[in-house]
Amino acid sequence: MTTAPTQIEIDRDKGDFQYPEQHKFDAGTGLSEKTIDYICDVKGEDDWVRSYRKRALKVFESKPMPTHWATKDLENIDFDKIRYYLADGQRASRSWEDVPDDVKETFERLGIPENERKFLAGVEAQFDSEAAYSNIKDAVAKDGVIFVGSTEGLLKHPEIFRKWFGKVIPTGDNKFSALNSAVFSGGSFIYVPPGVKVSHPLQAYFRINAENFGQFERTLIIADEGSEVTYMEGCTAPKFDTATLHSAVVELVAMPGAKIEYITVQNWSSNVYNLVTKRALAHENSVVKWIDCNIGSRLTMKYPGVVLKGRKARGEVLSIALANDGQHQDTGAKMIHAADETTSNVISKSISVGDGRSTYRGQVHMPKNLKGCKNNTECDALLINTNSRTDTYPAITVRGDSNSVQHEASVSKVSAEQIFYMQQRGLSEGEAMSLSVNGFVNDLTRQFPMEYSVELKRLIELEMEGSVG
Amino acid sequence: MNSITEDVPKKTESKSVTTFKETFNQHIEDIDTTPGWWRRMKREAFEAFLETPMPKRKDESWRFASLSNLSFAEFDYGKPPSIANAQELVEKSNVLEHQSGSFIFADNQTIDAEKASFELQQKGVIWTSLREATSKHGELLKDYFMKQEVHLGSEKFALLHSAFVENGVLLYVPKGVEIEYPFLSYNWITRNNAAAFPHTLIIAEEFSKVSLVEAHFSTTEEAPALSCGVTHLFAGVGAKIDYTLLQDYNEETLGFQINSNIAGKDSTVKSLSVNVGCRNYRSETHGQIKGDGAQVEMLSLAVADEDQEIDQRTLQTHSAANANSNLLFKNALKDKAKTIFSGLIKVDDGAQHTDAYQTNRNLLLSNTAEANSLPGLEIEANDVKCSHGATTSQIEEDEIFYMLARGIPKEKAQELIVYGFFEEILERIEDEKLTEVARSIIQTKFSSK
Repeated sequence: MTTAPTQIEIDRDKGDFQYPEQHKFDAGTGLSEKTIDYICDVKGEDDWVRSYRKRALKVFESKPMPTHWATKDLENIDFDKIRYYLADGQRASRSWEDVPDDVKETFERLGIPENERKFLAGVEAQFDSEAAYSNIKDAVAKDGVIFVGSTEGLLKHPEIFRKWFGKVIPTGDNKFSALNSAVFSGGSFIYVPPGVKVSHPLQAYFRINAENFGQFERTLIIADEGSEVTYMEGCTAPKFDTATLHSAVVELVAMPGAKIEYITVQNWSSNVYNLVTKRALAHENSVVKWIDCNIGSRLTMKYPGVVLKGRKARGEVLSIALANDGQHQDTGAKMIHAADETTSNVISKSISVGDGRSTYRGQVHMPKNLKGCKNNTECDALLINTNSRTDTYPAITVRGDSNSVQHEASVSKVSAEQIFYMQQRGLSEGEAMSLSVNGFVNDLTRQFPMEYSVELKRLIELEMEGSVG
Repeated sequence: MNSITEDVPKKTESKSVTTFKETFNQHIEDIDTTPGWWRRMKREAFEAFLETPMPKRKDESWRFASLSNLSFAEFDYGKPPSIANAQELVEKSNVLEHQSGSFIFADNQTIDAEKASFELQQKGVIWTSLREATSKHGELLKDYFMKQEVHLGSEKFALLHSAFVENGVLLYVPKGVEIEYPFLSYNWITRNNAAAFPHTLIIAEEFSKVSLVEAHFSTTEEAPALSCGVTHLFAGVGAKIDYTLLQDYNEETLGFQINSNIAGKDSTVKSLSVNVGCRNYRSETHGQIKGDGAQVEMLSLAVADEDQEIDQRTLQTHSAANANSNLLFKNALKDKAKTIFSGLIKVDDGAQHTDAYQTNRNLLLSNTAEANSLPGLEIEANDVKCSHGATTSQIEEDEIFYMLARGIPKEKAQELIVYGFFEEILERIEDEKLTEVARSIIQTKFSSK
């Protein structure tokens, strides 16, 4: 097949718009202790949070960029030009009517019909860094489920959240988790009481809407013994001329027998640095599943991990990444086995279009004296154009003679025969290509909730437009 | 950590550097046959060696490796006394059934040489020691000696080799000459604290065919030593090279082996290593595919026990189209042994229709052994077939049960399964006697403990 590198026209209209900014609180650009004091004052946070943030700032400043293994593109982030905090200063709205009109319009453009939202258990829509709208269905609240923003969580329920806050991902884990710990705002704090099975997925939609403004959400989900919860986040961002930084920290705690499913479908605009630390702590017999779709952004670095701490805990990562022109999807998974009979499964599929680059980076660790641990890792990469690029860098450490690990990776391209076959039947080359690509990820998308797999399919079609010819 | 690093305080640093400089100057004086260009080359390499930092914990190319055992300063780089039991060693150096020529070295000194046949010499085949080559084949060495760059992390040790290498073999095969039996290069370490620098250089011109076997052994079980070897293969258009390395130093030896090959158009290069010895062993293998249609195979088996650490890094660089490379590294681990396999397949954007494969299999035979695997891919061409696979596991209970049911004791059953695990590599060794030797080395290692 002959495909020439072409300038790809992506339909970003869906996310390519913005409204006048009317932020009541704005900490200005740059990062110092003053910025942190400002954030703490505005949010009315306790002293322990203030000192926690300040300590994190020191760690952030002391840590070097991880460019000895990661891309040099990180050096292009100018931390002095980033706004670390701003919010409309509005309280989380109680009902849909209270939500400002322009925010509503944003949702409209995102294609989330209002009536569909009514079926969702709770919608936590994040406009810039504060929750602009949150609505927990009565039924969920009645069960004792706490679903709040990070600020509210630390302020009103410290007895629950403080215990695990920063415990799964310590401040010093990496440079960007330290940054997040210093300036976090927004995100969700969820607590599911023992035995409660949340029947509807909890959702949050994120948007970035200020130039040079980085979003630093902090999410902590605690599923107590035997409970079940599914959390979804979807992100789209309007296009800006200069790079924006997004650096979230997501911590999950699955107590014995609990099940957590965390689903992300993101479509950042291609000037966003998306540097996210996600990790889960899985106790005995618990199951943690990360489903992660990365489309868009200039650079995404995200390696969801599970620390399998209790016997028979299970961790799973299903990941789809699509890197288009000028984009680098550096994604992967971390599985740290720390108890007997723990199992983990990683399936990663990546697609590189134009001069896009997708990278899988994985870590599987099984220390000594463990028995019966198993890991399976599969990475498949699809290359569309002659200048597309893909890399795979797994790191596997196994000790002891009763554990087993298997890792497989393959790289391929869309077969010319398939495309020819479909063109014979009247499809254009582009349509045939997008059908092929959707087929490539189909066995993963089938595991997603319906509305997400539909949205994802549409996003892939959009991205594939103009990739051939 | 050794004392010639930047980490130590200034005063002690200058002292140990001075000592090492004296050692080097003594070395230069000892080899009086050195022609001017070689002496200059050695000096430049030594200067660069001093300036190059030791590997650091954060270096990706040294990930998982223990850096505390790489000290090379205490070894004896001086001129060895004459080898007392030379004749005995020569008799023991018989791993091949048929050979086209051989060199036997003990502590870098030539103790025996079997020249290539008159017929081969007539055809222009050069089979000589490196020391002789420096005076007789200077032109050839200028183009090929130490001309393949090091990319896998052992830059400093390659420079150490360049500075101190004094012997080794040069094998040049002219256009169209096909040689049936392998050449043999035998390297013995006999002295306590000896520093050996085995060197192999093979240049195979267009449509020639050649094979070489290199063996690394120690005469004693206890004497600590350093071996820092380099092997470079150059395969011209349509040439075929078959290279086998058998490494069974004692388990007090610190070993580095830096291998690289350049495969020209339609050439076939096969390299196979059997690694059993050394306390810490670091091997680097770089397969450079520079010509369309080349076929490169990289095979290795390693058995590690007790506190051994075997660290293997590989790189398959595809810069030409329609080529094919295949890598298979198998490790079996006992006791507290540790292995590292780090491999990378790199396909450049022009290298369409590449088929590149990489497989690493680790067999863990004890609860304290540790296997690390870093199989990597960097693909910049879209019309390629590339895959890698890495597995780490133990002997299946079912397999043991099958054998127990047939009256085979458990120990024996385990042994058989491990031997079977390695057969896939062993059967690729061309010389039957060599295969037997390799097999018995593996068996000795299992039965002795």
